[in-house]
Amino acid sequence: MTTPTTTHVRPNYMRIWLYLFVMTVAEVTLAFELPVGRNTKLILLLILAIWKALLVALFFMHLKFERWRLRLIFIVPLPLAIILVTTVIMEKVF
Amino acid sequence: MTHGTQALDQMRPPYPTEPGAGVYTNKLGMWVFLASDVMFFTALIGSYIVLRFGAPGEWARPGAVLNVPLTGLNTFLLICSSVSMVKAYAAIADGKKYFLRKVPGKRMQDGGLKFWLLVTIICGAGFVGVQLVEYIKLVGHGFTPAGFREGSLLAEHAAADPIKYGLTAAGLYGSSFFTMTGFHGFHVTCGVISMLYLYFTKVLPEKYSAQDYRGIEVIGLYWHFVDLVWIILFTIVYLI
Repeated sequence: MTTPTTTHVRPNYMRIWLYLFVMTVAEVTLAFELPVGRNTKLILLLILAIWKALLVALFFMHLKFERWRLRLIFIVPLPLAIILVTTVIMEKVF
Repeated sequence: MTHGTQALDQMRPPYPTEPGAGVYTNKLGMWVFLASDVMFFTALIGSYIVLRFGAPGEWARPGAVLNVPLTGLNTFLLICSSVSMVKAYAAIADGKKYFLRKVPGKRMQDGGLKFWLLVTIICGAGFVGVQLVEYIKLVGHGFTPAGFREGSLLAEHAAADPIKYGLTAAGLYGSSFFTMTGFHGFHVTCGVISMLYLYFTKVLPEKYSAQDYRGIEVIGLYWHFVDLVWIILFTIVYLI
C-alpha cells in the first residue's frame, strides 16, 4: 500500500537561466545607462537582486519543491539577519 | 487495502529519509551549514552598510574604481555554472552517467553528468580566474585594502576628482571590498576543489546512479548558494 504523494515535475532550467541573464543585463543598464533618481535606482536594483536570488533558491536549490520543515531551516536565519543588520545600524545612528 | 505504484517525483531523490526533517542526513547537514553561512555573509553585508553610511565622506561612485563590465561578465559566468550544475543533477537523476551521447533525431548531442559537472567546474574556475585578474589589475592601478596607494594612477585620479573616487573613504571602501569579495572567492574556490574531488573519485568511476546521487545534490546546494550570495554582493558592492 502506498500513501498518496505530491508529484513534482522538473522546472525548465534554461528558462530560469534566461530570466537571470535578462535581469542581470537590466541591472547593469539601470545602474549606468538609465537617468533615474538615486533612491529609485537603489530600490529597483535591490528588488532585482532579491528577485534573482529567489529564482535561484526556489528553482535551482529546489526550495519550491521541499517540505516546509526544510524550508524553515533556510527561512529562520533571514529575520535574524535583518535584526542583526538593523541593530548594528541603530547603534551607529544613536 | 489498496495497492498502487507510487508516482515518480522528479524532485525527490529515492533515498531513505531521516524522521523529522524528511531528508537524508547529508542534505540536512548542508542546509544547516548554509543557514549558518547566511549569518556569516549577513555580518559582512551589515558591516559594509554601516561602514558605507557612516563613512566620513562620499563612497566611490559605481564604476569609478571597479571594472563593472568585467564583473558583469563574471556574474554571467557564475549564473551559467549554476545552470550547468542543476543540469548535472537532472542528468544523473535520469541515470545519464555518460559525457555526451548522440540522440536519434536530434542534431545536438545529449549531455550527461560527466559533461555538465565538467562545465560547472570550468565556469567556477573561470570565475575565480577572472576575480584574480581583477584583483591584480586593481592593485596595479593602486586600489588596495588600505585605500589608494600613494603615487599610483588611481591616487592621482582621486586627487583630481575626490568626490567621484571617494577619496576620504577610500580605506574603508578598499577593506570592505576586498573582505567581502575575497570571502566569496574563497567559497567559490572551495566549491571548485570539492567538485574536482567528486569528479575524479565518484563521477569518472561512475559511482553515482539514478538510485544514489546524494553527493551531486549536496554539492549542488552549496554551489547555488554561492551563486545566490554573489547575486546580492554584485548589486551591493558594484552597482549601488
